[in-house]
Amino acid sequence: MSPPAGPPGLLPLGLAYLRIGLTGFGGVNAWARQLLVEEKGWLTEQDYAETLGVAQVLPGPNALNCAIGVGARFHGAAGAAVCGLALFAGPMALLMGIAALYDAYGDLPWVRAVLTGIAAAAAGMVLGTAVKMAQKLRPGLPLLLVGLGALGMALARVPLPAVVLGLAPFGLLAAWWGLRR
Amino acid sequence: MSEESPLGALVLGFLGISLLSVGGGVAVLPEMQRLVVETHGWMDALGFAKRFALAQAAPGPNIMVVGLIGWHVAGALGMFAAMLAMCGPTSLLAYGVARMRQRLAGRRGLRVAERGLVPIAVGLIAASGVLLAVGTAEGAALPWLALGVTLGSALFVWRSRRSPLWVLGVGGVMGALFLR
Repeated sequence: MSPPAGPPGLLPLGLAYLRIGLTGFGGVNAWARQLLVEEKGWLTEQDYAETLGVAQVLPGPNALNCAIGVGARFHGAAGAAVCGLALFAGPMALLMGIAALYDAYGDLPWVRAVLTGIAAAAAGMVLGTAVKMAQKLRPGLPLLLVGLGALGMALARVPLPAVVLGLAPFGLLAAWWGLRR
Repeated sequence: MSEESPLGALVLGFLGISLLSVGGGVAVLPEMQRLVVETHGWMDALGFAKRFALAQAAPGPNIMVVGLIGWHVAGALGMFAAMLAMCGPTSLLAYGVARMRQRLAGRRGLRVAERGLVPIAVGLIAASGVLLAVGTAEGAALPWLALGVTLGSALFVWRSRRSPLWVLGVGGVMGALFLR
């Protein structure tokens, strides 16, 4: 890992996020950390972890919130705009192609079959990720109950506002209690 | 823009979801599925799961599934409108927070928020996985095989450090062979 370099200019920062957007398969956060911290040395490990932490607590896509935090840190509003737009520029262009192909060929029997298989695998990917995250959190009983509550309520099709606003006070209280001292 | 036009419903729906999307895009998939499949009937659960899978297989943030839904409902305009509704207001909020970071309660407040809210996000993400799996299996030619692929993929992602793209590739091959 290289030591923190000087602050990046607007153009290198934008190019970096362009690359992050286009290489970030299966979620971009790991790729962003790799490039910003390890390869470029623009942020320390802790800087990145804190920026990502804020991004995860705020509503909205984590990767985008993180890009905005990084951009604003170095170049204010212009940096935030450049990083956010650069992150989406490549994927949006690709996505238009994918959507057009889906419209044209999505109903062919073998395309349907392949996509159904990929969809089944993607569902498993989400489940596996959830298990991994839960393991990493090592929640105590109160926070475990909050997480299971969210799972159960979402499966019972309770509307999202009720899940989030109903469970957040308990989660925050349990976390505050657990982090006391 | 009236609420009857699909574009208006699309924008309003994703605006509402975005403001509560603590934990990112995957955590609010159950709510998106409700909006797209149940409330408006724009597609079935399998179509929803397929578009999510396409967004996963392509590079970029997970949230790109919103663009694919927008495209299906109202073309290229729908794609950009849905993405803007999902990302615009929360981006302004993220920028505001980034600017006043020093004045926030500091690391302790942030840690409490992270520690308290992330379990909710994880529970919602797990629910997303279950709903996607059920939606896919219900539409598949061999439901039990589809569930098997889901389970195998979950185990692989959980236990292995290899790229999750392997899982999507194997799923595609299994689909081609058995799910016609």
